[in-house]
Amino acid sequence: MYVAVKGGERAIDNAHQWLAEERRGDPAMPALSIPQIREQMALAVNRVMAEGSLYDRDLAALAIKQARGDLIEAVFLIRAYRTTLPRLAASHPVDTAAMAVDRRISATFKDLPGGQILGPTFDYTHRLLDFALMAEGETPRSAPPSPVGGEGRGEGEARFPHVTSFLNRDGLIESAEASNATPPDLTREPMELPADRPLRLQALTRGDEGFVLSMAYSTQRGYGRTHAFVGELRIGTVAVEVDIPELGFAVEIGEIELTECETVNQFKGSKTEPPQFTRGYGLVMGQSERKAIAMSLVDRALRWQELGEDFTGAPAQDEEFVLMHCDNIQATGFLEHIKLPHYVDFQAELELVRKLRSEAMALQEAAE
Amino acid sequence: MTEIIEAGAYNFAYLDEQTKRMIRRAILKGIAVPGYQVPFASREMPMPYGWGTGGVQVTAACLVPEDRLKVIDQGADDTTNAVSIRRFFQRTAGVSVTEATTEATVIQTRHRIPETPLTEGQILVYQVPIPEPLRFLEPRETETRKMHELEEYGLMHVKLYEDIARHGQIATSYAYPVKVEGRYVMDPSPIPKFDNPKLSGNPAIQLFGAGREQRIYALPPWTEAVSLDFDDHPFETSKAPHDCDLCGARDSYLDEVITDDQGGRMFVCSDTDFCAGRRAKGHTGRLGEAA
Amino acid sequence: MIADALEGGFTEAPVQSARAFREILEAMARPGTIRRVQGAAPPQPLSVAAGVALLVLTDPTTRLHLAGQADCPAVRDWVAFHIGAPVVGAEEADFAVGTWAALQPVSRFRIGQPDYPDRSATLIVECDRLVNHGPALTGPGIETVSWLNLPETATFRANRSLFPLGFDCLFTAGQQIAGLPRSTRVENL
Repeated sequence: MYVAVKGGERAIDNAHQWLAEERRGDPAMPALSIPQIREQMALAVNRVMAEGSLYDRDLAALAIKQARGDLIEAVFLIRAYRTTLPRLAASHPVDTAAMAVDRRISATFKDLPGGQILGPTFDYTHRLLDFALMAEGETPRSAPPSPVGGEGRGEGEARFPHVTSFLNRDGLIESAEASNATPPDLTREPMELPADRPLRLQALTRGDEGFVLSMAYSTQRGYGRTHAFVGELRIGTVAVEVDIPELGFAVEIGEIELTECETVNQFKGSKTEPPQFTRGYGLVMGQSERKAIAMSLVDRALRWQELGEDFTGAPAQDEEFVLMHCDNIQATGFLEHIKLPHYVDFQAELELVRKLRSEAMALQEAAE
Repeated sequence: MTEIIEAGAYNFAYLDEQTKRMIRRAILKGIAVPGYQVPFASREMPMPYGWGTGGVQVTAACLVPEDRLKVIDQGADDTTNAVSIRRFFQRTAGVSVTEATTEATVIQTRHRIPETPLTEGQILVYQVPIPEPLRFLEPRETETRKMHELEEYGLMHVKLYEDIARHGQIATSYAYPVKVEGRYVMDPSPIPKFDNPKLSGNPAIQLFGAGREQRIYALPPWTEAVSLDFDDHPFETSKAPHDCDLCGARDSYLDEVITDDQGGRMFVCSDTDFCAGRRAKGHTGRLGEAA
Repeated sequence: MIADALEGGFTEAPVQSARAFREILEAMARPGTIRRVQGAAPPQPLSVAAGVALLVLTDPTTRLHLAGQADCPAVRDWVAFHIGAPVVGAEEADFAVGTWAALQPVSRFRIGQPDYPDRSATLIVECDRLVNHGPALTGPGIETVSWLNLPETATFRANRSLFPLGFDCLFTAGQQIAGLPRSTRVENL
């Protein structure tokens, strides 16, 4: 007699046990510690923090360990944890002009106040596998340079003005007005379209790096081209300040590492706007340079309407397309769910196809 | 501060109180405007989108400690995801669970409506992947929202009519759209159209949760939900033209099971509780034995 | 803030609000049925049921209008301590509480937008008593017909004619609560 497949509960338990073993790998190998991942897989940790929207290196490292290095799975762990956290306060806007920079480059000016700082970049490394690392050797370390700006510098030189502010002084770039309006919160309100720029930037900064990268790349290849120059890219730490009502003033609660990219985009003017440079903006937690540049390109492409440009049908111009598909947790969930049982719908389709076929074949026979 | 979740100790039914309030408000608005999709700030749940996060959030907002919860996937209580969701609520809400449709006070389902008629006092919570019935005709939310506003459902009728022109019948076998109380066209989630008649005039409260798409909608009890059709092509339900091989039921929705590589197959009730109940009463099918 | 404001909230919020919500859900889903809720002890003149409805449904993200006698220091303090909802004028409110007379004219309340009919007010209408007598109710949630002692019919008929727009009502008296969503057709028989 036929017995339907049972034992879902036991199967799940067994799967979890097996997964735990696989995660650990060969027990003869020493287990990775969270500090090891945090210190030596820092860029993976950064990506998990950025897309998980939670600035906590240790938790991101834990998530990477638990997820066996699957970064989207790690982002998911962080997101699910983040949702359960209470909101204690909102910080003041961080001041990136007061950033203690590790890296600061401009592609538009050879030199500028504050100077160019190359920082810890892969840019000019030759991509040759370093077999010394495999032999568990270490290249001798020189003392790391201290960051520039922020608290590391004397009073008065602590600020790095943004490149766009130099252009702004001459009226050559669109002005960006400061606003104290409370931005919408993507994680607390359902997405409403059309979205305004703060909401778009929020979606992009936690969006999938690969998706945002490809969207940005498509604009460079002509699908919604925006003629972007990297006006400035800076990486460093900024102070986070929170108002303490009991004290009546703001207190610095810590600092976070950020990557900020501002593009300067060539613009010949439109029906509504005079010729001037325009802006794209990217801000991402941690050192996440590729993502910040990509974000600023996509941000600029999405601004076509406000700048009076034409919609050319390019995917990167299409706000609904970009915002509804940039979240990798949503995407991977819906994608992977098709492996769950669909017996019922499939059966319904099976019966339909059988019926349509038999009718079509009967017609054919009658015709012959 | 009961709302703060301490390490290892989650709030009743997992969600924090503010989130539950937000979901509860959305449910009540859904009840007030049957068939209209209420946007809600869906949370990231500890299970993936697509696994029923919308249904889980709606269930979490409705559960009381006295509830008896039933969870089914494809009509079955023992499918892995049904097991997993049931366990989640046992752990986080401490509710008792049941496989018996008649004993359950809250039923969370994916892709089926139980065969056993529901009663007043029961809540049926559907997991919904794509809540927008017009989505595959018009992918833009900004457009479909306008269509619902203007009650402009011509596109849907054109699609159904094209089916008839091409196939002689409406070629939609599941997620078959309904019109609710003569106003909103609604996606009933991917239930087979066999289940559509049970949507209408049901004594239970029916709630629909789409987590990834951030929508909640509802059919209050006794609400009319009419499957879209044409006068000359009325709506028809369909199922495999067989009886259940285990319990002999002639009128239940069937799963097809391939039994060998020689074309052998059998048909069994997709609703495992319904089938087991019939066998317990002595009904047997072609391959079944009395329980 | 007066000391009483600190009292009268839920003592075990997650479970109490869950139970109360189920009653409110049943009340709204089955117009005309009268349910019973408990657990809140709001200051005068609010009923227990109105207090429960506020604790279950409102918080700092919802704008609340206090109408008539309900707008008093005791209620304001209680709302500020237990709920934190910003108190606003009728036109902006997501929720409003008061007697039917105090809520007039109800045309001030939000009825939603054609593309977002959910963005409408919910009125918590304080009544002396609730009985299944009075105007006949039909529509979603009602098998054949039900009856409820509504304060009047004309306004609810006008509200129904706006469907899918309109406000929704919860009626409260002591521990009793009943619902009247905008979808209900109201007739004087």
